[in-house]
Amino acid sequence: MSIESTHSHEDHTHAADHDDHHDHKPSSLLDRWLFTTNHKDIGTLYLVFSLLMFFIGGSMAMVIRAELFMPGLQLVEPDFFNQMTTMHALIMVFGAVMPAWVGFANWMIPMMIGAPDMALPRMNNWSFWILPFAFAMLLSTLFMDSGGPAAGWTLYPPLSLQSGQNFAFVVFAVHMMGISSIMGSINVIATILNMRAPGMTLLKMPLFVWTWLITAFLLIAVMPVLAGAVTMLLTDHFFGTSFFNAAGGGDPVMFQHIFWFFGHPEVYIMILPAFGVVSEIIPTFARKPLFGYSAMVYATASIAFLSFIVWAHHMFTVGMPLTGELFFMYATMLIAVPTGVKVFNWVSTMWRGSMTFETPMLFAIGFVVLFTIGGLSGLMLAIAAVDLQYHDTYFVVAHFHYVLVPGAVFALMAGAYYWLPKWTGRMYSEKWGKIHFWLSAISVNILFFPQHYLGLAGMPRRIPDYSTQFADFNMISSVGGFIFGASQLIFVGVIVHCVYKSRQTATGRVWEGAKGLEWILSSPPPYHSFNTPPVIDSTTMAHADESH
Amino acid sequence: MNEGQAKRDQSHGKLVTRLVLLAIGMFGFGFAMWPLYNVFCDLTGLGGRGVKVIENATVPEKSDRQVKIRFDATVNSGLPWIFQAKEKSMVVSLGEMSEALYLAMNPNDQAMAGQAIYNVTPPEASLYFVKTECFCFTEQVLQGNESREMPVYYFIQPDLPENIKEITLSYTFYRDENFDPLALTAGSASSSD
Ligand code: HEM
Ligand SMILES: [Cu+2]
Repeated sequence: MSIESTHSHEDHTHAADHDDHHDHKPSSLLDRWLFTTNHKDIGTLYLVFSLLMFFIGGSMAMVIRAELFMPGLQLVEPDFFNQMTTMHALIMVFGAVMPAWVGFANWMIPMMIGAPDMALPRMNNWSFWILPFAFAMLLSTLFMDSGGPAAGWTLYPPLSLQSGQNFAFVVFAVHMMGISSIMGSINVIATILNMRAPGMTLLKMPLFVWTWLITAFLLIAVMPVLAGAVTMLLTDHFFGTSFFNAAGGGDPVMFQHIFWFFGHPEVYIMILPAFGVVSEIIPTFARKPLFGYSAMVYATASIAFLSFIVWAHHMFTVGMPLTGELFFMYATMLIAVPTGVKVFNWVSTMWRGSMTFETPMLFAIGFVVLFTIGGLSGLMLAIAAVDLQYHDTYFVVAHFHYVLVPGAVFALMAGAYYWLPKWTGRMYSEKWGKIHFWLSAISVNILFFPQHYLGLAGMPRRIPDYSTQFADFNMISSVGGFIFGASQLIFVGVIVHCVYKSRQTATGRVWEGAKGLEWILSSPPPYHSFNTPPVIDSTTMAHADESH
Repeated sequence: MNEGQAKRDQSHGKLVTRLVLLAIGMFGFGFAMWPLYNVFCDLTGLGGRGVKVIENATVPEKSDRQVKIRFDATVNSGLPWIFQAKEKSMVVSLGEMSEALYLAMNPNDQAMAGQAIYNVTPPEASLYFVKTECFCFTEQVLQGNESREMPVYYFIQPDLPENIKEITLSYTFYRDENFDPLALTAGSASSSD
C-alpha cells in the first residue's frame, strides 16, 4: 500500500489507449478501498455507507414510532425522544439520501457520458472519506453527558443555543458534510462539462446526468450558506456574538431565513436526481422514448431556479408582512407547474407503451403516484392562510415524508434494482424484489397516510406524548412503520444474494428496452469505463433525437 | 500525456477555480444576509425597526383619527421577574402625545438587571411610531423585592396608513448576565440617558 500505486493507477485512467478488457484492480484491500480513485469503487463506498446510515436513521425512526404507538410516556425520556427526531432527520438527509445520490452519480455519470472516470479522482476519494468521520462525530454526541442534539434538524435558535457541549460536534459535523458535498459537486460538474465523449452534446445527455448537473450547482450554492448559518450559531453559543440572540440585538427569525434559504433548495437536492432516475427507468420498461425530453430538462432547471425564491413558505407563521406572505405563497405554487409537467411527461411516456413491471419499474411507478400525493399536500401547505393551521403539525410530517420516502427513497431503490445487474454482472431475485416493493408500498401508506389526519386534527410534530383522541391513527401509523422498517431487511437480503450468491448472469444490455451508453458496456463493466470514447449514434441513446 | 489530456486538465483547473470561488462567495453571502436583513428591516419596519426614537420631538397636530394601541409584556425565562402592562390597551388620537405604563417587579432577594427590547406589529405601523422616552432605552436595575412603574412616552404620526386600525407594542425583558449586584452603588439603579 503506497500513495505511488494510487498515483500510477490514476495515470492509467488517463491513458487513452489503455486496453479496457484488462482490469487493473489494486490487489490489497487498503489500496482498493481506502486509497481508491476509481469512480466505481467510490460509488460503491458511497452506496454502502448510505445504506448503513439508512438503517441507523431507520432504527431511530423505530424508537420514535414505538414511543408514539400509545399515548403516554412508555419507552424513552422526552429529551431522548427529541434527540431521536433530530438525529433521525440529520442522518437521513445528510447521511442516507444525499450520499446515496452521490454514489449513483459516481457509478453512472462517467458511464452515461462515455468518460473513463470522474474528472478529479483524488478529490473524489477525499469527498467520500470525510463522511465516515463526520458521522462518527455526529453519532458520538449520543454518548456524551449532554446527549445528542435535540432542537430539531432545523437547529432553530434560541432552543439550539441551549444545547450543551455536543453543539460544537454537531456544527463541525455539518461543516464536514458540507465540504464533502461541495467537493463531490465540483467533481460532478467538471466531469459533465469536460469529460463527455465526442458527439455527446448537452441535449443528448441522459436525464439523470442533467438532473445531477443542476443538483450540483444547487449544492455549491446552498451548502456554504448552511455552513455560514451554523458557524454563526457556533459563535453565538460559545463566543458571545449575538447574530441570533434578541437580547444582544440579533434576531432569531433571521436564522430561519438563512436556514431555509439553504433548506428549500436542499429538499430539491434530494429529489432532482430522483426525477432523473425515474426518467431513465420508465422509458426502458415502457419501451418508448421519454416523452418531452427537453421539457424535462427545462422543467428541472426552472424548479431549481424557483427553489431559491420560496424559502419563507416554511415561515408563514413568524409574522411576515402581508406582501411577503403573498409573494412566497404564489412563488411556491408556481413550482407546482414544472413539477406537474414532469408528472405529465412520465405518465405520457407510459401511455400506450408495451409495459412490463419488473421491480425497478414498480418502484418508479410507485414513485410517480406517491410523490404526487406529497406534491398535492405541499400545495395545500403553500396556501399561507391555511398553513397557519397546518404548520408544525403532523400534516407537515406527512407531506415531507411522502415526498422523501416513497419519493426520494423509492427512486433510490428503483435505481438500485435497475443498475444492480449492471454493477454486479448478476441478476437479483425478481421474486424477492417484488415482495420488497409490495410490502414497502403498502406499509409506507399505512405509515404516513394517517399522519395527514393527525395533523388536520391538530397533533403537533416533535412531541413524545399526545392526547388520547390521536391514539388510533398513531397506532395504525406505528404498525405501518414497523412493517416498513422490517421490509427493508429484504432489500439487504436481495443485494447480498445478488452480489454473492446469484447464479444468473446479466447480459450487457440487462433490460430489453434499455438505452444509453452504460448498457453497451459489459456487466459488470470494466474497471475503467470508456478508455476509448464510444461512438454516439441514435440507436444507442435514449434521447438521441432532441425533438423527443 | 497527450495534448488533449493536457488541455482537459487545464480546463478542469479553470472550472474548478471558478466553482471553488462560487462556494466561497456563497459562504460569504450567508454572512452578508445578516446586514442585508437589517437593511430590509429598517426599510420595512420589520421587527420594530421603524420606530423612531426622538427625545425632544415636536408633536404634530392632533388629528381626529383614532387607533387602538395594545400593550404586550413578556419576560425571558432567564430573568425571574414579573412584568406586565398596567393597561392592556388604550385608544389614542394620531398625533397625540401619550403615556403607557408598564409594571416590573423583582420578587427575588438580590438585585438584578434587565434590558427590554421591543417590537411593533403590524410592521408597517412601526414606521409611524415615535417614542420620546422609554424604559427600554437603558438597562433597568431592580433591587431585591423592588417593583417599579416604567413609562413609555410616544405618539403616532398622523400619516399612518388608513388600513391600520390597531397597533401592538410588545416588550421582552432579558437578563443582563454580566450584572454584578455587589458592585452596585446607590443611585446608579435609576435610568438616565
Ligand atoms: C409541489 C411541490 C411542493 C410544495 C408546494 C411544498 C410546500 C411545502 C410547504 C409550504 C412546507 C412548509 C409547511 C410548514 O412547515 O408549515 C413544506 C415543508 C416541507 N417540504 Fe415541501 N413542498 C413541495 C415539495 C417538496 C419536495 C419535493 C420535498 C423533498 C423532497 C419537500 C420537502 C419538505 C420538507 C422536508 C418540509 C419540512 C421541513 C421541516 O419543517 O422540517 N417538499 N413544503
Ligand atoms: Cu420548502
